[in-house]
Amino acid sequence: MKLAAAAGGGLLVGFNWTDAKAKPAVLDATAEAAAPSIEFNSYLSVSPEGKITIFSPNPEVGQGIKTAFPIVVAEELDVDWQQVHVAQAPLDTVKFQRQVAGGSGSIPHSWKRLRQAGATTRQLFINTAAKRWGVPAGECTTDKGMVLHKGKNKKATYAELAADASKMPTPTDVPLKDPKDFKLIGTSIRNVDNKDIITGKPLFGLDFHRDGMLYAVVQRPEAFGTKIKSVDASKARAMPGIVDVITFDNNVAVLGKSTWQVLKARKALNIQYEKESALESTSDHDRIFDELLNAPDATVRRKDGDVEAAFKSAAKVIKSEYQCPFLPHSPMEPMNFFAHVRPDGAELIGPTQTPERARGDAAKFLNLPQDKVTVEMTRMGGGFGRRLATDFVMEAVKVSALAKAPVKLIWTREDDMTGGDYRPAVKYRFEAALDAKGNMIGYKLRGAGINAGNPTRQDNFPAGAVDNLLIDSAEHKSPITTGPWRAPITNFLAYAEQSFLDEVATAAGKDPIAFRLELLDKAKKSPAGDIKYDIDRMRAVTELAAEKSNWGKKSGVAQGFSLYFSHLSYVAQVGEVTMKQGKPELTKVIAAVDCGIVINQSGARQQVMGGVVDGIGHAMYGKLTFDEGAPEQNNYNNYRMIRMSEIPEVEVHFVDNGIDPTGLGEPALPPTGGAVANAIFKATGKRIYKQPFVEQDVLKGVS
Amino acid sequence: MAQYNLKINGQTYKADVEPDTPLLWVLRDSLGLVGTKYGCGIAQCGACTVHVNGAATRSCVLPVSAIGSSSVTTIEGLSAQGEHPVQQAWDEVDVPQCGYCQAGQIMTAAAFLKQNPKPSEAEIEAAMNGNICRCGTYHRIREAVKVASTKTK
Repeated sequence: MKLAAAAGGGLLVGFNWTDAKAKPAVLDATAEAAAPSIEFNSYLSVSPEGKITIFSPNPEVGQGIKTAFPIVVAEELDVDWQQVHVAQAPLDTVKFQRQVAGGSGSIPHSWKRLRQAGATTRQLFINTAAKRWGVPAGECTTDKGMVLHKGKNKKATYAELAADASKMPTPTDVPLKDPKDFKLIGTSIRNVDNKDIITGKPLFGLDFHRDGMLYAVVQRPEAFGTKIKSVDASKARAMPGIVDVITFDNNVAVLGKSTWQVLKARKALNIQYEKESALESTSDHDRIFDELLNAPDATVRRKDGDVEAAFKSAAKVIKSEYQCPFLPHSPMEPMNFFAHVRPDGAELIGPTQTPERARGDAAKFLNLPQDKVTVEMTRMGGGFGRRLATDFVMEAVKVSALAKAPVKLIWTREDDMTGGDYRPAVKYRFEAALDAKGNMIGYKLRGAGINAGNPTRQDNFPAGAVDNLLIDSAEHKSPITTGPWRAPITNFLAYAEQSFLDEVATAAGKDPIAFRLELLDKAKKSPAGDIKYDIDRMRAVTELAAEKSNWGKKSGVAQGFSLYFSHLSYVAQVGEVTMKQGKPELTKVIAAVDCGIVINQSGARQQVMGGVVDGIGHAMYGKLTFDEGAPEQNNYNNYRMIRMSEIPEVEVHFVDNGIDPTGLGEPALPPTGGAVANAIFKATGKRIYKQPFVEQDVLKGVS
Repeated sequence: MAQYNLKINGQTYKADVEPDTPLLWVLRDSLGLVGTKYGCGIAQCGACTVHVNGAATRSCVLPVSAIGSSSVTTIEGLSAQGEHPVQQAWDEVDVPQCGYCQAGQIMTAAAFLKQNPKPSEAEIEAAMNGNICRCGTYHRIREAVKVASTKTK
């Protein structure tokens, strides 16, 4: 490593630790830094005053990554958490990989990288101190940001060692801590942004302000399948504060001096639309689903054994269909982005789950090299998959380019709910064949989706546990746009599948948990085809949920079970329903979770509780319907969100197995709908086949 | 456009805006007080909650012309250092996930606890039911309101 004088006058070094041969990079001194910090790798810097800054590269969307990542670095670095200052790193594809918030993938991707970043720097401080004191490095220890030598009664803080350390060679092949020595990992650490959140600091994209920027709102077509025929913006242009009205793509942007002024002017636009493609209604989709489910052709996703023969020889056949509607993502912070497109480059700032994709799309559109486009990530007021897309980023880029001005482009709640990229509507048909002993010898699933791609997860349980299995899918292409929605596909498939397995268990006269354990045993002893889940981990969460819920032994309480593996984590849930005045009431959900090592107990626990609440809320109430291509719900007055009075008690239990951690942003959600629906069945004898639950007969009269 | 002198967080702010501008956008666009959030614009989600003369009020549907000499408190004015018992409870219970709705939740809770310092769980739920949290932090919000109620005298 070399030192280099930085433009700001500070003494800064940097290098990319993932490639130790990389040349030192000169870093800009941050204006607010009191003293020059020394950057030891992409993830951390130490100032001579003792401020340890850990950079969190991945976007923070409420999954707690900005707290969890630095915990892992700090653990291996061996510093006191109170010394740590956490900063959001901007997009930097040289320093970091996979700066994405999606797929619950950040922790599994970065676990070892973060540990190595901390451990390597810790070893560097040890080597520096050992050289200074003339002792073998192996005799030195560390504690709370200090290197210690007990024999010589020496100690030095990392800050005291930082300048010398920057001149030392970077250690290689540094061993990582034994997990039993973890001091931070596995404890409860509060969200690092709590203080800024509770005092109302500008953290979010919508809070961003740049002097001279224009506010912009966009009028998009009110119905999917229509295009602009004519635009009369004369009234809007004449309104106070309005700077420009710009038609681009299939949109009309209104630019002005304040949010309220552009919102009012947008209402004064006179835009005529004409039909461009099919104008679909929910009733059309119901018909299309049945056509797809009955179509002779479908895309085969997995085929094991001889399904036809199994169903012919079956003692009993069970067949059911499950259907779900489109859903908007509804993050509390609607879409927005700041863009300043200049002739020589572009500056993008805002809430995105995929900054690299945003940069790539902008650079391509503007015909600029990637390094001329910068992306800074703000904290996100939720995303749930919506911010994986870049449509709202590109609107800001296009409007800024056309207006030749810095622009903050914002969506209203109505824009957000009617602007597309929805969780696709899907319908499933399940069929199971039982032999005379109640063993499931055949299993069929057809998934029919609207812009859903493959709406099955063909390798998920019970695949591998049934000798004769056929999973296929069919798709309808629609003008209504869809995209990933928290736990894509499995957010509904898990409920459908787990409800159906409950039906099969009932038909076989078996306890729902015993039935699943039998299937897992069968998969273990004589697997049918490839098995892409860990059978022992499936079993462990099942048994933990059974134990913690006192399964089958509670009087006056109807229990429903659900088990799902998604995004590399395993979650089993038991829903509990009691009858009150003849109606089922959900009183409790018990979750057993295996995500390997729990990095932050507080964050992980809330992530599971929030996932369960989300799962209940959307299963119970979520529904977006269409009339002639136009969404029929557009804000929280006609689109129901779960509220505090509607939550059951939620109990969370983690499996303690020491396995490398996996993500938790999504896996707690998929099993919830099934646990709830199966408990309602147990209480009432009535099966729920459609979302939203609250509109089904069994819940009629329940508010 | 019209001139308004607004009493906010113990200070007087001047704003030159159209009379129908909701207080929310005056705070955010004109005064740079962005702690108060936009969520729905129709008083359904509570993200924009502020105190007007001590009462929890949805600033997204309150025209600036209706404020007059009323005294407004925003999240920035509750306690700039986060020392209000409700803010402290929010940190202790580690409520926020994404954090976007929490300013509104805190302002609703603070006004509620002033009226009802020792509420029952059912009273807390009734008071907080107008505030949506999309991340589903409701258990911790409820817990934090209880914790805050032990701090307020």
